Order: sequence, then structure tokens, then C-alpha cells
Amino acid sequence: MITHLRQLEAESIHILREVAAEFSNPVMMYSVGKDSSVMLHLAMKAFAPGKLPFPLLHVDTLWKFNEMIEFRDQRARDLGFDLIVHSNPEGIDMNISPFEHGSKVHTDVMKTEGLKQALNAGGYDAIIGGARRDEEKSRAKERIFSFRDKHHRWDPKNQRPELWNIYNTAIQKGESVRVFPISNWTELDVWQYIYMEGIPIPELYFAKEREVVEYGGTKIMVDDERVPQELRRTAKKEMVRFRTLGCYPLTGAINSTATTLPEIIQEMLLSTSSEREGRLIDKDQVGAMEQKKIEGYF
Amino acid sequence: MDIISYLKEHENKDMLRFLTCGSVDDGKSTLIGRMLYDSKMIFDDQLSAVESESKKYGTTGEKIDMALLVDGLQSEREQGITIDVAYRFFTTEKRKFIIADTPGHEQYTRNMATGASTADVAIILIDARKGILTQTRRHSFIVNLLGIEHVIVAINKMDLVDFSEETYNEISKAYGTLADELGIKNTYYIPVSALDGDNIVDKSSRMPWYQGPALLRLLESMDISKEQTQENFRFPVQYVNRPNLDFRGFCGSIASGRVKVGDEVTVLPSGKMSKIKSIVDSSAISESNRLALVDEAYAPMAITITTEDEIDISRGDMIVHTHSLPSVSNNLKVMLVWMDEQPMSIGRTYDIKRATSVIAGSFEKINYKIDVNSFERMQVEELGLNDIASCRMVLTRPIASDAYSTNRLTGSFIVIDRMTNNTVGAGMIVGLSRRDQGALTKEYTNAERELNAYIRKYFPEWDCKAV
Repeated sequence: MITHLRQLEAESIHILREVAAEFSNPVMMYSVGKDSSVMLHLAMKAFAPGKLPFPLLHVDTLWKFNEMIEFRDQRARDLGFDLIVHSNPEGIDMNISPFEHGSKVHTDVMKTEGLKQALNAGGYDAIIGGARRDEEKSRAKERIFSFRDKHHRWDPKNQRPELWNIYNTAIQKGESVRVFPISNWTELDVWQYIYMEGIPIPELYFAKEREVVEYGGTKIMVDDERVPQELRRTAKKEMVRFRTLGCYPLTGAINSTATTLPEIIQEMLLSTSSEREGRLIDKDQVGAMEQKKIEGYF
Repeated sequence: MDIISYLKEHENKDMLRFLTCGSVDDGKSTLIGRMLYDSKMIFDDQLSAVESESKKYGTTGEKIDMALLVDGLQSEREQGITIDVAYRFFTTEKRKFIIADTPGHEQYTRNMATGASTADVAIILIDARKGILTQTRRHSFIVNLLGIEHVIVAINKMDLVDFSEETYNEISKAYGTLADELGIKNTYYIPVSALDGDNIVDKSSRMPWYQGPALLRLLESMDISKEQTQENFRFPVQYVNRPNLDFRGFCGSIASGRVKVGDEVTVLPSGKMSKIKSIVDSSAISESNRLALVDEAYAPMAITITTEDEIDISRGDMIVHTHSLPSVSNNLKVMLVWMDEQPMSIGRTYDIKRATSVIAGSFEKINYKIDVNSFERMQVEELGLNDIASCRMVLTRPIASDAYSTNRLTGSFIVIDRMTNNTVGAGMIVGLSRRDQGALTKEYTNAERELNAYIRKYFPEWDCKAV
């Protein structure tokens, strides 16, 4: 009997190899966060001693934490994978800002549209993502190999049955499959695995004195000069860290003193709010994530 | 306990996957919500969201509607039913659990089969007021068909029958008869009230007559290890890894058994033989160690192997020990669960995906269809959605095949419609079709077997079939 983490690891490696074997043009989404770090680590195992048989794709909304971008580029240099970075050029022209246009417009244009553009441009037939079933209710029902039509839409009522470890990878030209190799991992599993395997993750996950302001009912970090002046005047230094990483104006910081992985895990275990609480995007409406997935968001 | 010891303990936990089945009103979602809630896997903000939703959609009046914690999709919440397979996770001090939550109503047999395909244990919910219903028979049949060997019968809503021991005994006895009829190996009975939490995590004081463990304690202590590593070695080749001219590795997950460097192996269906030259343990690979070699590996590890000889091996082949060959045939007797609105038609070509191979094939004969309620066998000409039948499957190429009852991963397959690309069926290999059995049950002498092995080893270009 092997431990649950080794079972999950073997299952994920199996899924990644299935993608590489069955699709002609796969890509792996890379968001720089801890789940992406775990996926990258698993892929490095699956194809050793060879290199990754697919590129990594980062949809850069141009509002990511600066540290994330540095970390991303360092990993690409260290591991030698192909990195594709895409930002929505229309969004750049419109100067989309979460502070001015709000989280919904920013996310729609820079994230959802940006993602669709990048996927259309690449013509990928399989897109590997780091979503987990424990994150959000609509994800609990999604298949590991999740079919998308030509418009990247998910149809929750018409999913292909998925049995044993046999995955149906058959699609028509123009259609694609979103593949979630760490579907069955929980947040605790991810952290435990990072700890056990010594996987590098951005420093933003660890507590440090950072400059923060109150915004949208949560604390956000003053990551650059684009934070509006009137907000910046209220900035103060606090010991904070982030439980998820995304666009800095939309990612809530939590007060914390956890500077090591065991401390982070301990904090998580004792925590009374779920992981996505810090992510402003889900609060917009009930079933927000389900709606976004139907529209083509991951 | 400090965090470091906690992590050490958690690192070494094993995992149990279980399935919950019950009809619409048995309180299945409530039971799962209760397990998640009582094992403290529900966070406060999720709970407060559910409290406000309970007022809008809830069916439990003043109590928190536990079912709303698990009924995922918005449209389903509005209908008050669960309509698909959802996966849930929780951890106790002893184990990590994955729950497949599947719907109970008739038209969704395919979802139950889906959930059951990866489960080790099934929990069958029975409403204490109603006893064994047609659905109970159907669920038990599918659970058994999909090879689940442990069934927990949770007799729910005991609060509504005054916690009657007599009711519990009657239902247990009736289910025992059903289990015998189906041949379910291990059954366990627990009286519960999911709504109030009786016998879910802790023993209920309201049913002192019940001597067994609470549900969660039973799930924590069940021994489900199936000696997967003691079975014959089966390795479906998943991916050929050829990063440079010096390395040609065959990647895959060991479906059963164990393998050592130096073992004599045969590649099926070609029958070509070689020896294991090296084994890379994918789990032990790191950024600095890109070739983690081990002497031995076992199921369900993901590995990469190399062979002594440069023989032709590709995705879809199966590598097995030369001393324990499975039968190789293109003519198989199978149990088929049909999952599509469009009926299965005899003789039509489908793609059959078994382990890592995709081969065109068709169903040439329906031996009989089984009524999942009465278990009666019927003669039919076609199969509709949710029908279950014994069929003869003919593939365009032979495959190495094990019976599902001995090997869940090499004995199972899915059926893909070549026009719509949908998964339209799922099947389990029962054995070789009768027509093929005559030829293959011939008893070979040792001398014949040695000669055959010699030819396959030294004259691979003859393409000699293994005997």
C-alpha cells in the first residue's frame, strides 16, 4: 500500500502522460501559484529524463505581483521549459485597470478574453490546468478530462462519463479538452507535497512586512505605483502573506506570522475561512465560477 | 501534537475511495454534508453561505440544510436534486477519503457506474421507513457489477422510526438475502440519522442496542488492500520516452503485480520477449536527479522501464512476465453498460479504449440483457441508455486480456462513438468468447512451450504467437 500522496502523484503523472501521448498540440497553463508549481514538478517527473513535451502558457493580465513575474522567468531558466506569455492587446490599448474598471471587467478582458486569444492563437487541443475539485462547488463535478466546444464552453449537463483511469480524448478539429491532473488533491495535499518534495514557490506565500491598503473589503498589497494616490496615502506596513496569487489588486492579503511551510500549513489547518475567500472574483454572484466556466473561463 | 509530527503522520496516511448511493429522498447529500461538517472540513465562510442559501432553497426548515453543502451546481440547487457525479474530500486522523457522490434516480445509472468504477467501498442508504426499494436492488447490482467488494448499508432516518431495533433488524436481514443473491462479499450494517448526526462520527446514545462502530470509524478501520501487488505483473505501455539516442524508455503505471530488473518479459500482443534492463521510479525523480533508478517497482507506481533488446514496443502494448501470460484474443465476452441516448446497434463499429490501447471493434451479439431491478435475463436486439447486458465483443486486433474480476484496470474498457466522440458505454471483460475458447484451451507440453519461447526470442521476425 503506498501513501495517499504517492497515489495522487502516480495518478497525476498518469494523466500527464496520457495527454502527451494522445494529443498533438497540448499546453500547460502556468499561473505561477502553488498549484502550478506542483503541476510543473509532476510534469518534470513524468517525462524524465526528457524535457517537457509541451510548452507552458502564462496569461499575464499585467497586474500580477512583480515577484510572480520574476519567479516565473527564473523557473523557466532553471528548468528549461518553453514559456509562452500572452496579454490581451485590446486590453492594453484600453488601459484596463481593476481599480478603474472593476474586477469583473478586468477579469473578463484580461483573463477570460486573454486566455481565449492565447488558446485560439496556439490552436491547442489539450489545455492542462491546475484546478482542484475541493476548491469550489462547481469544480467538484467536473471531469478530469473536460470537453470544451469550439468556443471553449463547458456544458455541465452534458459531460462525458469518466470511468476507471480510462480517459476519452477524442475530439473534432477546433474542439479541445481541459485536463486537470490534480483534480483529486486538496489544499492540504498540495502544501504537504510542496513541503515533502521541497518544491520552490514564490515568497509571497510566506509572511513578511509588506505595504498594504484596505480595498474592496480586504487588504491588498501596494505592489507598484498604479495603486491610486488616495489609497496609497492610507498604506501601512503589516506582517502579511497571500493564500492564493493572482492580480495584486484582486488578491487579499492575510495577517500572518507564518514564515515557514509547516507554519503555513498549521495556519491553514486552524484557519476558519476557505482558500478562495481572498479571491475577490468569486464573490460577485452565487454560482459565479460555474457561470464563468460555461462562458469559457477555466 | 506539534505541526512537524502532524505532518509526518499525515504524510503516511493511506487513502480510501467510497461511493454513496441512495434514492432521491434517502438523505444522501445530508449524510455527506454531515461527514464533511463533523470532520471539520467545512470552513466558516462556506457554512455561512449555506445558512443563507438554506433559507432560499432549503428543505429542512430551521436546521441547516447539509445537502446544500454538497449539491454543486446552481441549476441543481434550484431543483433540489443532485444530477451528476461529484467528488468530495476529507481527512481524518487515520485516512484521506475521496467520496463519489452519485445520483439515485433511475435515468442516471451511468453516473453511478462512473462513481463506482474507482471506489473501494460503497455506502448504500436505505430510508428506515421504507426499507429495501427497487432502487436499492439496482444500486446493489451496479456496485457488485463494478467490482466493489465492501458494502456498508446505512439505514437512515432512524429518528423517524423511534430508533427501533426491530426495524433495523428487519432491514438488515432483508438486505442480507439480497447480498447473497448478488454475491456481494462483505456487508456491514449501521443505523444512522444523517440529519442529527447519530452514529455518523460518534456512537449514538439514542441507539444503545447497536453494538458496532459509527460510520466514520468503520470507514477509517476497514482493510481494503486487495493484495494488488501479489497479482500477475501487468504494465500497459502508455508513452514512449526517447529524449536521446541512448535512452528509449516505456512509461506507464503498473496495473498490477511487481517487476524487477532482470525479469523476463513478453510484450503483448506481439509476443516478443526481452529482459528488464532498468526501472526509473518517476516518483523519486527530482530537478537534480533526472534518472532515479530502482531495482523493483510495484502497483500502482508510475514508472519508466527500458529493455535489454531493441524490440518494437509502442503505446497500447502490454508488458507482462513471460511466466504469467494472459490470454490474447480479439473475441471477448463482456458485460456492457450502455450510456448513450442513441442505442447500441449490433455490428456497428466503435472505438474501444482499454487501458492505453484504442482499437476499433463491434458488438456482434447480445447474449442477454439484465433487468437491474429483478435481475432477470432478457433477449433483446439493441441496448438503450442505462441498459446492462452480456455481449460478445470482436476487436479488429487481438489484445492481452484479463477478466475484470481479477484485474480492474486491464479488464475494463470504454466505448467511444466514432461520429460524436462521446463515451457511449463502459464494459468489463468476463473472459474469452466461447467461439475462441476451443483453440486456446489446448494444453501445450513443456517442450512445446520452450520451443515457442525459443522461437519468439531468437526469431522475432517470424511474429510467432505466444502459447
